[in-house]
Amino acid sequence: MDLSYGEAAEAFRADVRAFLSSHWPPAADLRGADLKAFIRAFRAAATEAGYLYRAVPKRYGGSEQPVDVIKAQVIREEFARARAPMEVGGNGMNMTVPTLLEKGTDEQKELFIRGTVEGDYIWGQGYSEPGSGSDLASVRTKGELSADGSKWIINGQKIWTSQGMQSTHMFMLVRTEPDAPKHDGITYLLIDLNQPGVTRRPIRQMTGEEGDHTFCEFFFDNAETPVSWQVGERGQGWYVSRTTLKHERASIGSADGLGRQFAKLVELAKEVDRIGDPVIRDKLAQIEGFVLSHRYTSFRLFSCAAAGEDPGPVSLMMKLLLTEIGHEMALLAQELIGEHAFIEPAGAGGRGNRGPRGPEKWLDQIMGSLGNSIAGGASNIQRNIIGERGLGLPRDLAMSGER
Amino acid sequence: MHFHLTEEQKAIQEAVRGTLADSWPIERIHAFADGDADFDRASWDALMALGLGGILLPDSGMGLLDAALACEVAGEAAAAGPLIGQLLAVAAAAASGRANLDALASGEAVATLVHGGSAFVPCARAADIFLVVDRAAGVRLVPAGDGVTIEAVRASDRTRPVSKVAFAEGAGEMLFAAADPITARLADAALVLCAADALGGAQKVTDMSVAYAKEREQFGQPVGRFQALKHQLAHMALDVEPARALVWYAAYAWDAELPDAPRAAAMAKAHLCDVYVRATRAAVAAHGGIGYTWEYGLNYWFRRALFDRAWLGSPSEHRARAADLASW
Repeated sequence: MDLSYGEAAEAFRADVRAFLSSHWPPAADLRGADLKAFIRAFRAAATEAGYLYRAVPKRYGGSEQPVDVIKAQVIREEFARARAPMEVGGNGMNMTVPTLLEKGTDEQKELFIRGTVEGDYIWGQGYSEPGSGSDLASVRTKGELSADGSKWIINGQKIWTSQGMQSTHMFMLVRTEPDAPKHDGITYLLIDLNQPGVTRRPIRQMTGEEGDHTFCEFFFDNAETPVSWQVGERGQGWYVSRTTLKHERASIGSADGLGRQFAKLVELAKEVDRIGDPVIRDKLAQIEGFVLSHRYTSFRLFSCAAAGEDPGPVSLMMKLLLTEIGHEMALLAQELIGEHAFIEPAGAGGRGNRGPRGPEKWLDQIMGSLGNSIAGGASNIQRNIIGERGLGLPRDLAMSGER
Repeated sequence: MHFHLTEEQKAIQEAVRGTLADSWPIERIHAFADGDADFDRASWDALMALGLGGILLPDSGMGLLDAALACEVAGEAAAAGPLIGQLLAVAAAAASGRANLDALASGEAVATLVHGGSAFVPCARAADIFLVVDRAAGVRLVPAGDGVTIEAVRASDRTRPVSKVAFAEGAGEMLFAAADPITARLADAALVLCAADALGGAQKVTDMSVAYAKEREQFGQPVGRFQALKHQLAHMALDVEPARALVWYAAYAWDAELPDAPRAAAMAKAHLCDVYVRATRAAVAAHGGIGYTWEYGLNYWFRRALFDRAWLGSPSEHRARAADLASW
């Protein structure tokens, strides 16, 4: 075992640092459009240097670098240290671009990748529907060909779309072959959201979070998209949506976030003067046992990725582990904040004006931790995945006819 | 950056696993558990023939991580014999500059670990040497018969039976004083090796439960098809597999003498011993009636989980230490 990255990586780190020191940060008085332009130029220079969009071909605005998880990690660390922006986030870079690179037509790549990389196109995910959650392949939003066969006409509803109010485009699963077995009747479509047939509405969450930055639901009423914007074959959309994301995904970033949150929990115990309580100390150390297990396992996954080895079933466990630790932290936080729990935190859950916030701010985490049990594969689905793919247990009868 | 096992390390584990499969099958465990002995010479000699005794010799090219990997497999196999005591006695004797280590490193002389302040010592009747590690009083090496009184008890862990042991004042030889950093290092190493034993046992009972769930049928189906049980098994795996890296890190930190090594050892011991207890309880529940029988054998690991939890200080004791070490 050796947790250093090696000499080559440290030499690379020096290069990244030198680049950052000459390109970041912007002048302190830069604001508004000027600041945006500066960040755009910075990202372009960082891409030119080979630090961003490493999996994206140059012709589409990427830097087209060979896969190297150690270099990718060094870049993340140094950009974080300099507080410099990395790639534009969101579904576009996480989902649309990898899917198009693997399954898209040349025309689709030309049309969408550069705009996404440069942040002009923001993508909403059109997967979940009110009647289709864990059973995603049951989607009912309907796609029908126009009379001349040039367009898909879309009718139905999608829900739980992050960044929905900002999204310019959506990638979505629609049922195009109502008579086919359910996984074989779905087509993967890209759609421009700025058209009369699309209506969107923010969803008010249990945290109180509402407004333009929250999840949305979308209504499609004879919305249209060109047939040339269909990704993959008609009826094969389910399989297109399974496109795996494998480029330099291994990182120890999520573990750092969890570690920071745990450190804040310790700070909370100090702030409310409970850190000397043996019960609290024991509970904190109990939780930390899981936090460290998560952290060191992320080292293990990263190390396996760097060596090109399969880490085995443990990689299927990370999401559920993170969720479960979040619940434990929420329960302890609730004990620690005591009567501060009577107070609704300023800017609850959201990014609004927060003002001064006391220990009641933990209500954000206390409620937000519940979202992790649902989003991105509900916890009971995660347990199925661990049991079936990880431990090799037979599929549940209700689902055994499915793929 | 390397934080997973090398091919060599996996090969060591396979060698230990194969040796114990041959020399310590469940039939041998059953016979041993119903007998009076606290030590099994044949399986011990087979393990020692692999050279395990010398892992912590300074020139072995190995370290606590490799020792932990061996202890993990011993835990998995519910091995008899004081492997942890043997490994640490060699390390302690070597660190004190003793010349003639051959009998210890070869396993010919059997050494067991005494946790300072505890009267209960595994495999004490078979031991030739007692390694007493006491953070408050230092490290002593006491030969059997040199002021050592042993009283047999009915031991709950049938694979590593304890006896009640008392030492005469000043018995044996003081190797390191309490203030010597090596004393704390040896105490920390014992915690890591105990955590490794717990990891191996917890993994073993999880594997047994999963295998049984694939084979056992009710309502015309393998019971592992039902989500209620599937989710219980998924939770066992979720409890055990990520904790593996906690043991690796604690061993690595000890080998590299990182500043957080003492705390990592405390965290690993506390966490893994809790995991082991949860895993063995869940395993009996997952098996149903067969798991509650003596013959099936799950109880040997269940009892080892009780032992590991209580030995060298309880999880709450080590969490309190970890809290102090973090200056909370």
